[in-house]
Amino acid sequence: MAAFDVPPFRPYPIIPELKPDAMKKDGPFIAKPDHQEALGFPGKLVDNWQEKAIEKMGDLLKRFRSFQVYMDACVKCGACTDKCHYFIGTSDPKNMPVARQDLLRQVYRRYFTFAGKYFPKLVGAKDLTREILDEWYNYYHQCSQCRRCSVFCPYGIDTAEISMAAREIMDSIGHGQKYCNEIIAKVYKIGNNLGLPEPALRDTLEGLEEDILDATGVAVRLPIDEEGVDVLLVTPSADFFAEPHVDGLVGYAKVFHQAGISWTISSYASEAANFSMFIGSYENMRKIALRIRQAAIDLKVKRIVFGECGHAWRVAYSFLNTLAGPFDFLDPKYPVPQHICELTYDLIQRGALKLDKTANDHMKLTFHDSCNVARATRMGSMPGGQFVIPREVIKAVCNHYYDMPSDTIHDGTFCCGGGGGLLTDDLMEVRVKGALPRMEALKQVTDDHGVTHMAAICAICKSQFTKVLPYYGFRMDQIVSVHQLVSNAIVLSPPE
Amino acid sequence: MDFISVVYALLFYLASVIFVVFVARKIYQYATVPAPLKIPTMPAPLTTSGVALRLAREVVFFESLFRSNKWIWLFGWMFHLALLVVLLRHLRYFIDPVWMWVALIQPFGKYASFFMLIGLAGLLARRIVVERIRYISNPSDYLMLLLLLLIGMSGTMLTFVLHTDIVQLKAFTLGLLYFDWQPLPKDPAVLVHLGAVIVLMIIFPFSKLLHAPGIFFSPSRNQVDNAREKRHIAEWATKLETPNN
Repeated sequence: MAAFDVPPFRPYPIIPELKPDAMKKDGPFIAKPDHQEALGFPGKLVDNWQEKAIEKMGDLLKRFRSFQVYMDACVKCGACTDKCHYFIGTSDPKNMPVARQDLLRQVYRRYFTFAGKYFPKLVGAKDLTREILDEWYNYYHQCSQCRRCSVFCPYGIDTAEISMAAREIMDSIGHGQKYCNEIIAKVYKIGNNLGLPEPALRDTLEGLEEDILDATGVAVRLPIDEEGVDVLLVTPSADFFAEPHVDGLVGYAKVFHQAGISWTISSYASEAANFSMFIGSYENMRKIALRIRQAAIDLKVKRIVFGECGHAWRVAYSFLNTLAGPFDFLDPKYPVPQHICELTYDLIQRGALKLDKTANDHMKLTFHDSCNVARATRMGSMPGGQFVIPREVIKAVCNHYYDMPSDTIHDGTFCCGGGGGLLTDDLMEVRVKGALPRMEALKQVTDDHGVTHMAAICAICKSQFTKVLPYYGFRMDQIVSVHQLVSNAIVLSPPE
Repeated sequence: MDFISVVYALLFYLASVIFVVFVARKIYQYATVPAPLKIPTMPAPLTTSGVALRLAREVVFFESLFRSNKWIWLFGWMFHLALLVVLLRHLRYFIDPVWMWVALIQPFGKYASFFMLIGLAGLLARRIVVERIRYISNPSDYLMLLLLLLIGMSGTMLTFVLHTDIVQLKAFTLGLLYFDWQPLPKDPAVLVHLGAVIVLMIIFPFSKLLHAPGIFFSPSRNQVDNAREKRHIAEWATKLETPNN
């Protein structure tokens, strides 16, 4: 099935021996000029790219404290070296977080520090050459920006920040990644990552309404572009058609219906995902965030609620207010924005939803903490709510729930392997290998408790697992949406 | 005044100036480069005092490192804590009369030097033996440990074996402080010890020792989790908000 070896489960979590250059490759497909230019980047690698790259690095060092501090602070203690799922799955030493950082740091030292300028060999400083650019392109696209290393670093050095900076530098010299940049260009043109135009969206939503009616006998609406409603729902476009995402969307609709909350989707901001975060482009990230603001103004809503999507919730929770705020025109009673799990959880707490847990009795569940939700956001009012709330929602709708081993959940969670702009077929090998630690944890609860399904609240996690579960002997439909479980359990009021 | 004492005195002034000026420059840089987005590693504290506590736990106990790797934590923490006690003990050479509490910690400070050496040796051994850490090490990473070992060993020798004229040494350091230069005892261990300290002070602002000020400016550790409540816009980002953007 694969052109590469799927890593075997380890009998116990030993740290792999180094296999230098195990993942030395050409990296993902390069962005075409159209994709680059739509984002304000040069179409192809510029002639004086070395000079421009250094210039961009200098610019980023002046604009991002994280980048400047993280370039300086590393002491090479080695604490992070065994923490990255891509290192665990590939054994390539350049996938150790510190080594990945050093690809950029060696150039930083050469051009921006006294020691690197005058004693390059001593401190491992290197000139920016074509070989180094190729290594950047390859290894910074083997990082899903999941921040696991940052949890374990004594200084909190976050490789995500460094890989974002690296991608921004490469974009700025015309050497971007096709997958991310093509998608961002699509959002600008059509409004979502998948390029679904408004009529197609409308059709899809109508089809879903019919499905729900057929299945339950209750008319549940999935409105689009409806003005004056309470809630603007911003959800990843994968929710409109991919499995199991769409079952989650049906779940949101049933929750709104049952709670009597009027809501709408916007065709203009029909995308929660914001891939500009992956490429570290503040300007592009802001442009996409502003579409959500605009949709909220145009549709005259009172609240903004985000669907199940990991990095989207990061951009929403942590950045939206900064990028596109202030949201003083919305109802101040609610946080801006809210996560659908927060909304559902509140309704459950208030007893506003009638739930029949036995509807999910054919499943034994576990929950995969999506990296961006776990380590870059919060839900609810207390720290760690992002771990508690989705689990409480699941437990309210299911009888059988088991956590995976404690070092693989909460803020120690392992990325699905497909985050950070790697969810593309040209990176299948690293995606499969990077999923190893999560698959091992899933195997353990399967063996110990007979777990049959893993729930997630991220469109990328869901797509990634659908693809990689079979490589590890699982079935592709063992990944489910949290609101799919809610959808199964919710008892809809009979039609009036 | 003899030649060696003058050279050491001048080098101490030079090293002090370099240390203070360039570390201050780095701190100024870290403080003034904006952090345009909220990126604390979650779960993060909701208040400023919570953040102060988080940083304190990192700085005092190396909390994240403890969670990460017990061996590195053990050696690293042992070295840093012992270094702190040793440095405090050294205050006695810069103040007269010696403060009570500095006098009281004297025995602890003397024996802490052994823990400092054990910690450093452990870190060096890991750097050589553990394949992953060897892979990420540059020559400077080894040299830094060797320099610290040299300082620690020469100092420990002076304390326990090769006693020098410590009264004269204190006269030298006080002389530096009050610009009333006094001769330095010329024992080789003293010259090595002080020379290595001078080198350390000079390279501090240009090396990975910047982790010391750096940790206080690390956005993943020093930010409050309040992004939904408060906008966090950087000055350069406000410029994007002009109408034609």
